[in-house]
Amino acid sequence: MKELSLNILDIAQNSIKAGASHIGVTLDETDETLSLSITDDGCGMTADVVRGVTDPFYTTRTTRSVGMGIPLLKLAAEQTGGSFSIESVSELDDPSSHGTTVRAQFFKNHLDFTPLGDVVSTVCTLIQGAPDVDWHFCHRRGADAVELDTAEMRAVLGDVPLDSFEVLDWIRQSLLEEYAGFNRQ
Amino acid sequence: MKSLAELAAIRERMKDKVVLREGSGDIRVVVGMATCGIAAGARPVLNRFVEQVSAQGLADKVTVTQTGCIGICQFEPVVEVYEAGKEKVTYVKMTAEKADEVVEKHLKGGKVIGEYTISAMNA
Repeated sequence: MKELSLNILDIAQNSIKAGASHIGVTLDETDETLSLSITDDGCGMTADVVRGVTDPFYTTRTTRSVGMGIPLLKLAAEQTGGSFSIESVSELDDPSSHGTTVRAQFFKNHLDFTPLGDVVSTVCTLIQGAPDVDWHFCHRRGADAVELDTAEMRAVLGDVPLDSFEVLDWIRQSLLEEYAGFNRQ
Repeated sequence: MKSLAELAAIRERMKDKVVLREGSGDIRVVVGMATCGIAAGARPVLNRFVEQVSAQGLADKVTVTQTGCIGICQFEPVVEVYEAGKEKVTYVKMTAEKADEVVEKHLKGGKVIGEYTISAMNA
């Protein structure tokens, strides 16, 4: 992947496929690190499957629907000296509280750090693809933050779907505006 | 976030449109957005379709959706066009620029761009 934002798009598609109704994408930056977490309340995975998805040699055969996405993100993090983890509770084990959290930490100054890229397009694409999910996106750096919460938007929009072009365009412009301030800091 | 008041204004404007939209959508544009598609550049292709379908006033007729791996990863980004009563058209190795053309010539003009389809690749 040429941009980390493409890995984010790819991994969050797994949350959509897991039937999540809430998906959170959080980026937390310091001078040296970038920490990504993608959290969902989807169907989750059993311990066996979790072991499978992080191992690229095990993946193709038993978990085709998950595929190469997780190993690619893991590699992107580890090649910067960073770390990767995945935690999941399957609905089979706990019907009332299940879901998956994927975390990756990157060292930004490492030669092999993949730039974040166009994260605004990633957020717009995710919302367009799954407009019924409640999305929460947050990118923090110190006291500064870019944030988008579709639940708040829905309260105002009523029946208007999030994938209407005017709404998607509002999301894009809103994020770009926030990033203009954020990147000046 | 930008002002939520703007969203309220969008809601006002969309009131009548939302009802109209149901039951329409004769043409479905489906973009493959699995790992293979994303790595090959499907994100800008999808976003261009979303943008242009609206810009060209085709929103009532055309819906743009995403799907997983279509199974021909070497031809990604892949875009399928479904239209009632017609054979499915599969565009391969798409770019945002080709998407502009597909919107203009195919979705608007009704003419399939043969050279971008998978059958042109196999020939």
